[in-house]
Formats: sequence, structure tokens, C-alpha cells
Amino acid sequence: MSAGAAIARAGDGEPRHGVRIAILWAVFTVIAVPLVIFVIGPHIPPFDRSVQSEDQHNVNVVLSTLAVPIVGLIWVYFGYSIAVFRNRGSEIVDGPPLTSEPRIQITWLAVTSVLVLGLATYGTIGLFGSSHGAGGGQGPDPLAKPPASTHPLQVQVIGQQWLWTFRYPSYGGVETAQLVVPANRWIEFHVTSLDVDHSFWAYELGVKADAIPGSDNVAYLDATKTGTFQVRCAELCGLFHGHMNSYGKVVSQTDFASWAVAREHQFAAITKLLPPYSTVYYPDPQRRG
Amino acid sequence: MRGRAIGVAGVLIVLLALVALYIFDFLVVTPPALSATMQNGSAHLTLQTVPAFGHTPDPDWVSYLAEDQQGHWQHTTIYRVPAHTLVTVTVYQYDSATGLRNPFLAQVRGTQGATATYNGKSFSTLNPDLASHTFTVPDLGISVPLPGISANAPASKVCGAAPCPLSDAHTTITFSFMSPGKGNYRWQCFVPCAASFYFGFGGPMQTLGWMSGEIEVA
Repeated sequence: MSAGAAIARAGDGEPRHGVRIAILWAVFTVIAVPLVIFVIGPHIPPFDRSVQSEDQHNVNVVLSTLAVPIVGLIWVYFGYSIAVFRNRGSEIVDGPPLTSEPRIQITWLAVTSVLVLGLATYGTIGLFGSSHGAGGGQGPDPLAKPPASTHPLQVQVIGQQWLWTFRYPSYGGVETAQLVVPANRWIEFHVTSLDVDHSFWAYELGVKADAIPGSDNVAYLDATKTGTFQVRCAELCGLFHGHMNSYGKVVSQTDFASWAVAREHQFAAITKLLPPYSTVYYPDPQRRG
Repeated sequence: MRGRAIGVAGVLIVLLALVALYIFDFLVVTPPALSATMQNGSAHLTLQTVPAFGHTPDPDWVSYLAEDQQGHWQHTTIYRVPAHTLVTVTVYQYDSATGLRNPFLAQVRGTQGATATYNGKSFSTLNPDLASHTFTVPDLGISVPLPGISANAPASKVCGAAPCPLSDAHTTITFSFMSPGKGNYRWQCFVPCAASFYFGFGGPMQTLGWMSGEIEVA
């Protein structure tokens, strides 16, 4: 038997595999998409503790939902191939030769272009519209900022091996070991480091920004709910990197004002010994033991 | 040819075994825990900081040591204290000042009365440039800066190897804190005191048993 005859025979009387796969894919998608949106979606972090985290939560749900049909197509095709095209002990023959199919190519290019451009537009709107570059790592002058009329509260985040501390320039430059921020007020984080690279991550609030020595990395937050949140380091920074975490608090604006004034008095003595507030610090000398 | 392949495979296996042993040692082997001495219902820890350990494996490394219940100095930074108990810590500090990278840590925090004593005198804030080390437990909000010995101390009185005798130049710092509930709480020194290491934070600062450890509250 010639190879040409085998190829011709392999294509004869075949069921319409493409239609079968499309039907299975459609069924999978119809079932899985609502499950992802309504069952899994509410459990996808970082939830709705701030404008930023809610926006990121929505993005995660949308991306997960969009991924379902793509993953479904791969799974269905994979499973169908294993079930239908597996070798059943008969002679192994070559399949029909592949030929170019302009319709498929154009469809593929069109669908992927729409997906990519659509997601880029969606992400850009999210970045500029609500997240304002939270954790974008855009340095001291982010592209997206909240309106100037919001008068954000400046809070400096200082990383060092292995501790986070926080300075409040509006309250005499007092430095504390706990991060406390008011709800429903824009916060302008200025993130920096005194030694190696760290990454400030208040994931429940949707804020993540690299802490780089000598660099002022700005990120914004508008917390909408009071409560505690975790502060973590998201950059491997040495022996106790895994312990470089603490808990912060979002409190009402009244409670925040009371807390900040109390800390200002409590730490007045040490505040006098701190360097003047600056967006970056170069501990002088860079003591090396 | 076959013998050569076996030889290469053998060398590879030995190398992999050594790497695995190193990782296992790093992950599993920790310094022994030293229990605090109990007196009248309160726990006491007596520590010393030395500028150079003076022994293998790293004689040049700065380190903490702790005194056991028999009065012998042990090279460990794992301390065991009872829960909800007043813990009094005495530190004999034999190192010179390096200075704090973050002056915020020059204040005494989390101790009884938010103070400590330095050679018998109470203090709550230290000149950041005079700090030689700190004893800081971040999760408990405890931090005490430890003043260095005088820069004018005669060389013959500067301790060269652990354990350091009280006749050598030193400062004495004491403080007390209430231990929390059960758990392990890491502590560390925040002065970049690891001489000749990057930013003063390599070597003994990155190795358990030297300038950092844990407080085991049992």
C-alpha cells in the first residue's frame, strides 16, 4: 500500500470532528463561564477593601472569565484527540497533509488582535480611571494620579532588612512601626528603602510598590472599608524576608487624626533625631560595620 | 568509555548529595534553645555581644551569646521563656558603636515603662550614632538600642574572643518585658554591624545564631 493511498483512505468517511469539538467546547463554556463569574469570582482576591483592590478584583474576574473559553478549547481538543484519534492497534498511517487555510489564519489573527487590544484598552482604562498606578512602580511621577483636588495624605513607607516603618510628614515627620491610614481619603505612598530592594505589598488594599534604595516610588490608595490588613515584603531580601510583615489598620478619619497626634507626642523625642523628611534617604555614612 | 561515564555519574551524585546536605543543614539545623533562669516568678536572660566570636567556624563574626543556668556562656540566639511572665534581660555589650541606619530604632520601645538602663541609669532614647547593636523583637514591638563601648577604650581592654570577661571594656544594659502567649518570635539586631559585608548586613546578620534568633514562648 502506498503512502498516498493510506492518506486518501484516512480522510474518507470521517465524522465532522470540527463540529463535534465546537459543540463540546460550547457546552463547556456555557457551564464554566457562569461558574467562574458567580461561584469562584467572589473568592478571587484582593476583594473590595479599597478602590484599587476592587478594581483589581474585577480585572482578575474578567481575565479569569475570558480565559475559560481558551482553556476550554485546549482541554476539549486535547481530550477529544485522546479519545477519538488514539491508536487502537491498527497500522499507523500518516494523516492528510496540512495545507494553508486563509480563513482560519484571518480568523485567528482577528480574534487574538481583538482580545489583546481589548484587554490593553480595558487595563489602561482601569489604570488611569481608578487604580492610579497603585503598585505600578512608575517612580516619583506616576502617569496616572488622582485629581489634585483630592489633597492626598502623604505616607512614607521605608523598607530595611527586615522591618517596615512609616513616616507621616503632615504630622511632624513622625515615624512609626505600624501603618495606619484613614478611610475614604486618598493616600499617596512614597516607598523607598534604606538598604536593599524590598517590595511594599498591602495586598488586601491592592497596593504593591517596589522599595528601592535612593528611589521614591509613588503609589495611591483610596481605602473604602475600615479594618486590619497585612503588610508584606514581596521581594526576596535576605534571611528574614519571610518575617518582614506586619499588620496595618484602616480607621475612620477622626480616629486617624487622634492616632497620628498621639504618635506625634509619643515619639517626639526620637523624631528630633530623625533626618529631615525626604523622599529618599542615603544614610550617611553607609555604615558597613 | 563506560568506566568514564560511571565516574562522571559518581562525581555528580556526590556533588548533588553535598548540595542536598548543605540545604538540609541550613533548613533544619538551628542553634540549641537556651531556657531563661527563673527567679521569684520572673524569667532572666543574661546575654553578651562580642565584636568577634574568636572561634571556628567564623572567628571574625560579631555575635550574641547567652548564659545558661550553670553560668556557662553558650553560642546560641534561641531563647526559651514562659508565657505571660516578666522577662528581665541583662546584656553585657563589648562591641564599639557602629550607628543605626534608621535612627527610629534608637528609642526604647515595648519594655516596662518604655525604658531600659545603661550602666544603671534609665534611658528611653539613645544617640543613634552611639548604638552598637539593638535587641529588637518586631512582632512584639520591643526594641532596645545597645550603646557601644567608648572609642577611647584601651586596646588591651577590648574583648578579642568570646566569652568576654567582665574585666574587659563593656556597657551593661538591662530591660524587662512581659512575654506574650505561646509562639515563636524572631528577634534581630538592626545595626549594620557585620564588618566587611555588603551594607553591613551579610554574614552574621544573615545567619541564625549570631545576630538574630528566636524567642520561644512556651
